[in-house]
Amino acid sequence: MNSEANVIRFLVNGETLTAPSEHADTPLLQYLRDVQGLSRVRFGCGAASCGACTVICDGQAITSCDKLVSEIVGSKLETPECLESNGEFHPIIQKLIAHQAVQCGYCISGIAMRVKALLESNPNADEDALDAALDQHLCRCGTHVRIKRALYELLTEKA
Amino acid sequence: MSIPVQLVETPRIGAWLSLQAGRVHVRTGRVELGQGNLTALLQIAADELDVDVDQVRISGGDTRQSPNEGFTSGSLSITQSGTAIRWAASAARQALLSVAARRLAVSLERLNVLSGQIYVDSEKSALSYWDVAGEVDWEQDATELAAPKLSDARKVAGKSIPRIDLVDRIAGEPFVHDLTFPGMVFGRLVHPPCMGAKLLSLDMNRLGGRPGVLKVWRNGEITGLIAESTHAANAACEWAYRTAEWDLPENAPTHALDAISQSQEDLLPVQAQGDVSTFDGAMVTHRVSRPYLSHGSIGPSAAIAIWENDRLRIWSHAQGPYPLRDAIATVLGLSKDAIDVIHHPGAGCYGHNGADDVALDAALLAVGYPGRAVKVVWSRADEFRCAPLAPGMVTRVSVGLDSTHTIQAMDVIVNSAPHGNRPGRNGSPNLRAAAFLNPPFPPSKSNDIPLNAGGGADRNAVPIYDIPNVRVQKRIVHKLPYRTSSMRSLGAHLNVYALETLMDKLADDASEDPFEFRLRHLRDDRALNVLRTARDSTAELRGRPVAEGCGWGLGFAKYKNTAAYCAVVARVEVQERVRVTDVYSVIDGGEIINPDGVINQTEGGILQALSWTLHEEIKFAGPVVATETWLDYPIIPFSDVPKIEVELIHQPDCPPLGCAEAAQGPMAAAIGNAVFQAIGVHVCDMPLTPDALVSAALNH
Repeated sequence: MNSEANVIRFLVNGETLTAPSEHADTPLLQYLRDVQGLSRVRFGCGAASCGACTVICDGQAITSCDKLVSEIVGSKLETPECLESNGEFHPIIQKLIAHQAVQCGYCISGIAMRVKALLESNPNADEDALDAALDQHLCRCGTHVRIKRALYELLTEKA
Repeated sequence: MSIPVQLVETPRIGAWLSLQAGRVHVRTGRVELGQGNLTALLQIAADELDVDVDQVRISGGDTRQSPNEGFTSGSLSITQSGTAIRWAASAARQALLSVAARRLAVSLERLNVLSGQIYVDSEKSALSYWDVAGEVDWEQDATELAAPKLSDARKVAGKSIPRIDLVDRIAGEPFVHDLTFPGMVFGRLVHPPCMGAKLLSLDMNRLGGRPGVLKVWRNGEITGLIAESTHAANAACEWAYRTAEWDLPENAPTHALDAISQSQEDLLPVQAQGDVSTFDGAMVTHRVSRPYLSHGSIGPSAAIAIWENDRLRIWSHAQGPYPLRDAIATVLGLSKDAIDVIHHPGAGCYGHNGADDVALDAALLAVGYPGRAVKVVWSRADEFRCAPLAPGMVTRVSVGLDSTHTIQAMDVIVNSAPHGNRPGRNGSPNLRAAAFLNPPFPPSKSNDIPLNAGGGADRNAVPIYDIPNVRVQKRIVHKLPYRTSSMRSLGAHLNVYALETLMDKLADDASEDPFEFRLRHLRDDRALNVLRTARDSTAELRGRPVAEGCGWGLGFAKYKNTAAYCAVVARVEVQERVRVTDVYSVIDGGEIINPDGVINQTEGGILQALSWTLHEEIKFAGPVVATETWLDYPIIPFSDVPKIEVELIHQPDCPPLGCAEAAQGPMAAAIGNAVFQAIGVHVCDMPLTPDALVSAALNH
């Protein structure tokens, strides 16, 4: 059994997780997907350049493909799974569905996480702030206009 | 009405649908690539059967149960599968009601259906579809019973119902990447750097000793490995690729596009009418080019395979489950009947990408590791380097005009690397790893795609305009080491750019409005209508004062000259770079099943074409694709997205026309023409980067 010294503790979506220290060098993305089964975190590039793997760490949006499990010791982590609770979707997800704002949908969970982090850290975020956040993400199907329309509407309703 | 092509192959009603437990189950051989085609097909079935949308389930391509519809490609899902499903559903309704009429002892004409409940006149009967389904002969030929509804009787087709798969895509785990099986292991093949490469040395013992590696395997130039985690598989594969010594072929040109442009391979006739040589005046010439492009799905290709009890099951996001099955059977020496290929969604698919290749990778690994599911997910670098590229192309057009500035002759020559190299085409599996095995299954010489199947390099190279003398030829350039196949719109992206930027050049020479110049060269009423609608709807956009460095441009085409008509008007601002600010598009898609779906597809086509045209270019280092990351291959960022409006022209009494690839060519041309209006120069070589603008201006 692992003693206190050789486990890594962190909080994921409100639950405390302890990872054996052998996972210290596992990329966070693969730990979340393959070990914890949190598959809504997506692998896109492995180089922090597409945004598909975005999660929230202590309130900040981060890419998970270029972080190791050891780097998030003691952190509070949120994955896209937190956007659904008791069958109810977060308002960001509701807006995206209402606007039919994807084609393939592969990029969207990362986008939703960055927007969640933005709105929680800056409830008065404007369209420019939203645009800057979105520029950390790539979409290949060309659903940008719908994604922006959905999220702008969310800003308007919050204002 | 002629019999839908899919029903000739698969005429049984029961092949397309069945009824169980209050539900209608529709089976299509098409697959959902993130474009909403399954939703539209479901709407068609619900309409013909008079059942509610939520009473219908639809499943896509799956060799265990679906009709064989080949590939989901060419914007043909609704045109072909949709028509087949409409007929099959209509036939099912007839068959079900025939049984009901007999059991109720009333004439068929008195029966009506609402939500699957059968009514005699307006009186609810004791029967629903599901009460009589067991007595229907589902082996009947759909074409003998089908009598599809007239357009005014349709209630669901034509409505923007929400996509059936979309909630799961926004907030779920719908992808093949997300599938897990008990005891699943993770594999990768160490793909050689380029076609024709030889593996000189790789230390298999050291590879087998890498952390987490369970098994290593070599066949020909291919090395495979299975590991206990994704991370271990990726790390070992990366180590192997970097430490292996490769012998690379020496047939790479210094500059791929120059090689395509200067190729002397055979010139093939595509189409001729009249005789271009009868024109004896001076010809205006125009030459444009496009570099090799990447599909660039956001999620790299993935597949899972299990070899168990002499059966191979494969979960894949490929576009053609049956052709993939057949190609893998060839490579593995298995019977087709021993393989199931089950479509499971991947990230956006825009043509023949790495999906098929990675399925063979998983299959090869799985047969050597029986009883365990093997998941393979390519790296981003694999996706750029190993997946088929969209071909580089050079299109030349010469035109002769008479004294009224009317085009009398047009001569088009398209030089292109081959499109259309999907699994099984040209008689070879066309799966990347297969070319490196011992014995190898090398790709056959590509025939590109003939014009009667939509054309490949020559797609939309035949002008839609009414020109008395036309000659179109293509030259497929095989003698290059790069692996190419079909990507959205195929040759139409560049050919429409060629023809439509030339139309603007000619209009400008004639001091004529670009709309009017085109209109007087057109005879097709629907084309005229789309262009006039675009002209009138964009009067305000085009009427704005044109500031220094700003301009608007038009592009128009009828996709493949058989599918949707699409006009795009784009406004640009050109300073150091081109920025598209506004786009207005008009599309005549014939009968439109799901208007919001068509708008979504058209917006997507516009933005993807904007990205190709302004930003994208694959780089080579000798025979190897040097592009490995998104930093090497910029695509459109969110902040560069223009305002987009799409206007639909709905023709409920016309056949549905493929819409998904209609906008790409016109959008590229609209940008080219807007740049011409903004800075007075046609930029002929894509992508229209700041460097390309400077170069075009200097050469002007």
